[in-house]
Amino acid sequence: MSVNKKEEIIRVDHITKRYDENSVLEDFSLSVYEGEVVVIVGPSGCGKSTILRIMNGLEPIQKGEVTYRGEKVDGKLGSITRIREKVGMVFQSYELFPHKTILQNVMLSPVLVQKRDRKEVREEALQLLARVGLLEKKDNYPRQLSGGQKQRVAIVRALAMHPEVLLFDEVTAALDPEMVREVLDVLLSLAKEGKTMVIVTHEMSFAKAIADRVIFLDGGHLEEEGTATEFFEHPKTERAKQFLNTFTYAKVEREE
Amino acid sequence: MPNLGIEVLFKGSNMARLLGGLWVSLRISLIAVGFSIGLGIPLGIVMTSKSPVIKVITRLYLEVVRIMPQMVLLFLVFFGTTRAFGWNLNAEVASVIVFSFWGCAEMADLVRGAFISIPKHQYESAKALGMNSFLVFSVIILPQTLRRLLPLSINLVTRMIKTTSLVMMIGVVEVLKVGQQIIEANRTSSPNAAFGVYGTVLLLYFIGCWPISMLSKYLEKKWNKS
Repeated sequence: MSVNKKEEIIRVDHITKRYDENSVLEDFSLSVYEGEVVVIVGPSGCGKSTILRIMNGLEPIQKGEVTYRGEKVDGKLGSITRIREKVGMVFQSYELFPHKTILQNVMLSPVLVQKRDRKEVREEALQLLARVGLLEKKDNYPRQLSGGQKQRVAIVRALAMHPEVLLFDEVTAALDPEMVREVLDVLLSLAKEGKTMVIVTHEMSFAKAIADRVIFLDGGHLEEEGTATEFFEHPKTERAKQFLNTFTYAKVEREE
Repeated sequence: MPNLGIEVLFKGSNMARLLGGLWVSLRISLIAVGFSIGLGIPLGIVMTSKSPVIKVITRLYLEVVRIMPQMVLLFLVFFGTTRAFGWNLNAEVASVIVFSFWGCAEMADLVRGAFISIPKHQYESAKALGMNSFLVFSVIILPQTLRRLLPLSINLVTRMIKTTSLVMMIGVVEVLKVGQQIIEANRTSSPNAAFGVYGTVLLLYFIGCWPISMLSKYLEKKWNKS
């Protein structure tokens, strides 16, 4: 693949993750290259969200190693905060800070963590909010916004940190259907800009549209990997065919 | 119109004495509230610990305080320690000790409850933005905790003020005791003083607690906008 010539940003190297006795991920590896959009799909509980959490050092692992540009990603190390500045993450439940306004939510970390100039950060935050159509909400509090609006703010909040990679963990799963679009459109425009992203999603048509590479996960194993067209048009494994079939419905034939 | 015995309040310095008594009540409770907040918040943070030893000890403390009537605790500290250890505690000091002991336990439990009510994801999204543990705690978690804590702790403070009426049982001359003294002293000249005096004491408690309730309502309203 042509993307392989690009620089490797995140490397997940033969990791094993267990909760108590249950193995969630078994000997899993994945590399994320600059400028590519990797979409991880698979049935519920297959460990896809866990991979993102591990990439951000939010979950301890039992075996293997995750690195960001060669540096070890480990929630217990002091270097983790520096890595997290570069690896942005957006969660399913948005998790805006309820006691801060929308603008404060976006400005908080660039000012406090990156110690950037407040005026310059504010300028940029306003631009980003305008870009997702939420400029007029800047002085509102999160609870005054709809789910889709909150999620767009959460994306802006992550972008304001100037991350090199963005991890999206089922960002539309908690949204009403009519709000899914407004959030996914933001992701599509980021992909057009060439942002590096790892996306976990259940929206198959969206995955097909945005992915450079699709990872199909089942029971903590990588079952299949390929380009979006390869995977969605001609899945190789039985398991992937089965999985994709669950998203199509045959016409009900009524008995006369 | 029945004689309510209000006129007693205007004899001599009776009203000033009642206000002096109110000040004793408020002083005891406010000092105890100070200790309860100062010690209860760190203790509450300790109580969120997952260590079973800490859990058992703090749980035990809380249960003891809850089960034991405050009056028994007062007697124990004031009279009990005199006999057992030869301590000659001033009644007001004994009261402050008992009320702090009680308030600290209740406060710690409120703090613990407020902390664990903050969703885990708030910590995670703050961390994912590159914040270190200090920033996560001080900028994200603590302000949210304090907001949840406010109405509950105001409730505790007013309860503590009202419960100080018990300290007259160990000889502290607070507002209720002053009221009793006034009634006794005027038994022959104003036999109906009880209604007027106790009614006034009630009103004084209200005046003591009401501003605190109003302050809490104001802050809640202000914070609720967010």
